Amino acid sequence: MSASVRVFVPGDASALSLGAERTASAIARQAASRGVDLELVRTGSRGMFWLEPLVEVEIDGGGAPWRIAYGPVAATEVEGLFAAGFLQGGAHPRRVGAPEALDWFRRQQRLCFERVGVVDPRSLTDYLAHGGFQGLRRALELAPAQIVQEVTDSGLRGRGGAAFPTGIKWQTVHAAVAAGGADPASAAGTAGAFVVCNADEGDSGTYSDRMLMEGDPFCLIEGMAIAGLAVGARQGYIYLRSEYPHARRALEAALAAARDSGWLGGPPGSGRHFDIALRIGAGAYICGEETALLDSLEGKRGQVRVKPPLPAIRGLFGRPTLVNNVITFASVPVILARGAAFYRDFGMGRSRGTLPIQLAGNLKRTGLVELAFGVTLRELLYDYGGGSASGRPLRAVQVGGPLGAYLPQAQFDTPLDYEALAAVGGMLGHGGIVAFDDSVDMFEQARYAMEFCAAESCGKCTPCRIGSVRGIEVLERIRAGVDREANLDLLQDLCDTLRHGSLCALGGLTPDPVRSALAHFPEDFVAPHVDHPGGGHARIG
Amino acid sequence: MKRSRPNPATAPSDRLPAAAAAAVHAAIDAQHGQPGALLPILHAVQDALGCVPPDAVPVIAHALNRSRAEVHGVLSFYTDFRSTPPGRHVVRICRAEACQARGSRALEAHAKARLGIDYGQTSEDGAITLEAVYCLGNCGCGPSVLVDADDLRAGITPAAFDALLRELDGACA
Ligand SMILES: Cc1cc2nc3c(=O)[nH]c(=O)nc-3n(C[C@H](O)[C@H](O)[C@H](O)COP(=O)(O)O)c2cc1C
Ligand code: SF4
Ligand code: FES
Repeated sequence: MSASVRVFVPGDASALSLGAERTASAIARQAASRGVDLELVRTGSRGMFWLEPLVEVEIDGGGAPWRIAYGPVAATEVEGLFAAGFLQGGAHPRRVGAPEALDWFRRQQRLCFERVGVVDPRSLTDYLAHGGFQGLRRALELAPAQIVQEVTDSGLRGRGGAAFPTGIKWQTVHAAVAAGGADPASAAGTAGAFVVCNADEGDSGTYSDRMLMEGDPFCLIEGMAIAGLAVGARQGYIYLRSEYPHARRALEAALAAARDSGWLGGPPGSGRHFDIALRIGAGAYICGEETALLDSLEGKRGQVRVKPPLPAIRGLFGRPTLVNNVITFASVPVILARGAAFYRDFGMGRSRGTLPIQLAGNLKRTGLVELAFGVTLRELLYDYGGGSASGRPLRAVQVGGPLGAYLPQAQFDTPLDYEALAAVGGMLGHGGIVAFDDSVDMFEQARYAMEFCAAESCGKCTPCRIGSVRGIEVLERIRAGVDREANLDLLQDLCDTLRHGSLCALGGLTPDPVRSALAHFPEDFVAPHVDHPGGGHARIG
Repeated sequence: MKRSRPNPATAPSDRLPAAAAAAVHAAIDAQHGQPGALLPILHAVQDALGCVPPDAVPVIAHALNRSRAEVHGVLSFYTDFRSTPPGRHVVRICRAEACQARGSRALEAHAKARLGIDYGQTSEDGAITLEAVYCLGNCGCGPSVLVDADDLRAGITPAAFDALLRELDGACA
């Protein structure tokens, strides 16, 4: 009898939310009732949500095996798939062909997400068979300073939002440890540095951290282990938001497998003694800010610390601490494995490499697109995203999470590049793009920005804590046409105070979505029926 | 100085029912060896009891050698922790922008009206606790809802919400 056919169904949270579990069970049931020997592999998602649940089958057509995909496959359609001979790649209305051959997929440059949707995230064997741990193997042959140099040369900048050059941060921690660390008598009593992964991914419209952790958790582990070697850390932490239960399970399984096989927690001197503890957040957006995150890890309220000292000098439990985002760490293995120059060759200007872009909100084809920097918003929204899901015209996009500006159609030709977006008053942040059609009320979006700031403020700065509440009131008065001009002035003053009087970007950048909404969509800040003669639209003629 | 393991006999747990006290002590025992153990302990208590009862605060404070005010301060800072048990199901609606762009504002209004409660409240029959959440990482497929620990739902229109309630009701019965 021939070997069993391999069938792949994502276990990714978004795929599950679209019914992947029911589809997988239906496949297992059908196979059992038909006496078909079939191996069901649960993968991450390829990131094509309009095709989820996406079912792939491995075809052994001489040479290397390849895959044929069907999607979206509802559980009720599974019987029909079997009848159509999908295990041999048979014709069916849901057949989309080889996923890699799809235009949407072929035009991407998947470095970080190369294995996501392909491998079994729980299988170390699969990881190794797909190039896993080649970066760490190379790092083990290098001196720490050489690893840092490689990361510096790659041009990688932090993917968490602030886009700080990663190599410089690693160098700072490396140097702080070499200098003996900041606080030898720290509470934890451990020498050396800590490596902390920021997996708090709080920005609306972003899910690349989640997909990476669920689809290729060993890649994050490998990146952190390389960082451990580079900065001289024995202990790492992953701070994962509690809203991600599926990522939690994937990480727990991968950490256990990495430990069992000696890739983590090995004996001292083995180069593999680094270990990682998984910590779960508790529903506070501000804990994505790195110093609040460190306080939370220490068992405190997640409040932002005054910098300096930088966490790189004095971070977790007073020790030099490297904090990077999930995607930053997950970009490191390929840099080490294929060299800094390979990575650096992608991108534009000072934005090097690739960015996993997340298409979200009102788009026909939402999902994860990994591309070199430089692609324009318009290409992403229309070529990749297919325009609005509702069929109505797109009116605004918000890039970079809740603190990012709203951009109108006129700015859709802006390339995705840290500097280019900043030049139009925007922010690339963690690479999330949220699209709105013309039914959006931009006044409501501005008010929500203030509400979000009020709800998530850590409470340390008065402008952020109180000013955001005042902002909601002022906005409402503007819309109602009460003392409109005076309140518009007041809103601008308030935004200035937030910007200049806040310790961190939550208070400091909340003015961006508010001001951009008002600047680009002033017509939404007028009540539909304004009774006050002085308020509302200035009528001409 | 190394902290010694807390002695349950002297811990101020007398106000907690015995079963709850046992759960709190089990959580402390399992978690307190790690640096910065407070959040892991609070999570473990809530996983076991559905909430962190106010009477658990002095026990945890004692075990970690921290003041009650400090533990209370941490507890109240994080929105995940609750002081009373939730309804039979916790339904969390994503309020964030990407879901707004796909219709979550209508869902929010519908859910509150339908259940007759606001966020943070439990329906009169004790079936549903409604909570707001800011992004579930399902931003391409909203409006998103998380039911209980890990049951993530996509495309929850008001009609889909009603169907969800019927489904949960059936699951309870
Ligand atoms: C309010 C606020 C929220 C943030 N949330 C996150 C987050 O969820 N994930 C993240 O990686 N960085 C977040 N950051 C950025 C971190 O403070 C920090 O810059 C980042 O973790 C550094 O890693 P990187 O250099 O790899 O980007 C946030 C910053 C602020 C001010
Ligand atoms: S700006 Fe807001 S969130 Fe940031 S430190 Fe100040 S109060 Fe805290
Ligand atoms: S905005 Fe709702 S899931 Fe992200």
